Amino acid sequence: MNPIDERIVRATQAGLPLVPEPYAAVARTLGIPEEELLARLSSMLADGRIRRIGAVPNHYALGYRANAMSVWDVADEAVDELGTAVGALPFVSHCYRRPRRLPDWPYNLFAMVHGRGRAETEVCVLSIRDLLGSALRAHDVLYSTRILKKTGLRLA
Amino acid sequence: MDDTDRRIVNALQGGFPLCSRPYREAASRLGMDEHELLSRLRTLLDTDVLTRFGPMYDVERMGGAFTLCAMSVPAADLERVGALVNAHAEVAHNYERAHRFNVWFVMGGTSHAALANVVSQIEAETGYPVMNLPREAEFFVELRLSA
Repeated sequence: MNPIDERIVRATQAGLPLVPEPYAAVARTLGIPEEELLARLSSMLADGRIRRIGAVPNHYALGYRANAMSVWDVADEAVDELGTAVGALPFVSHCYRRPRRLPDWPYNLFAMVHGRGRAETEVCVLSIRDLLGSALRAHDVLYSTRILKKTGLRLA
Repeated sequence: MDDTDRRIVNALQGGFPLCSRPYREAASRLGMDEHELLSRLRTLLDTDVLTRFGPMYDVERMGGAFTLCAMSVPAADLERVGALVNAHAEVAHNYERAHRFNVWFVMGGTSHAALANVVSQIEAETGYPVMNLPREAEFFVELRLSA
């Protein structure tokens, strides 16, 4: 990564200052012109290094108290196609293929479901089960009971 | 949180302007003035309705790496282990979950090798094994919550 971009990431990953000219304030601390900061942020947004700029809500505070991590053991030959279908479901926020760790952990597909309560997430989990059909061998649902830390991904 | 706050949370989960007075521009889209938007954002952050306000970086596209890790920790030892895990800056979020594997955390860093090193440190510090589950494929990532 370009060293100036890296300094920009470090200076802004915890948030933008709440002042009328936030980019000018960040640019000053980095010793670069505001125009250069804006151009670099704009190019990072264009190529996906920045997903978006704005508010990052706390699920719990918005009433999305049920955070279900559903995990699925899906036949290897079907997992990519089915993962794409599961990821397209409107209530699935994240969907990843991950390695199994046998014998402790047989699941290779993870789908995160957020809902206002368990009744809502349980219905979502049933629709995922139906969608996976005969490629499904086993599944489990892990509910979060406490946030131990939430700062967002940052460059250390 | 009132209706105006809800409108702010719903409208500003992306698309914050890149210009000299972005709060003024965002405020005018929402039909309020800059000062009101700034003061409401301050309150939403202070009351933890928002965890932060700014760019959401994709660490992996920046040349970094992510991984999801899980540990199985006895309840009586959870506070100690949680504190040791959270002390690592690479740990972005950490959830306790109701399962035999009850501690789940996501890490972001400069490379998978760097993260593997943190995994080893956590194992040494806590005395428990860490199950490291790097993602192999991403099917969808989008989360816009309505307030």
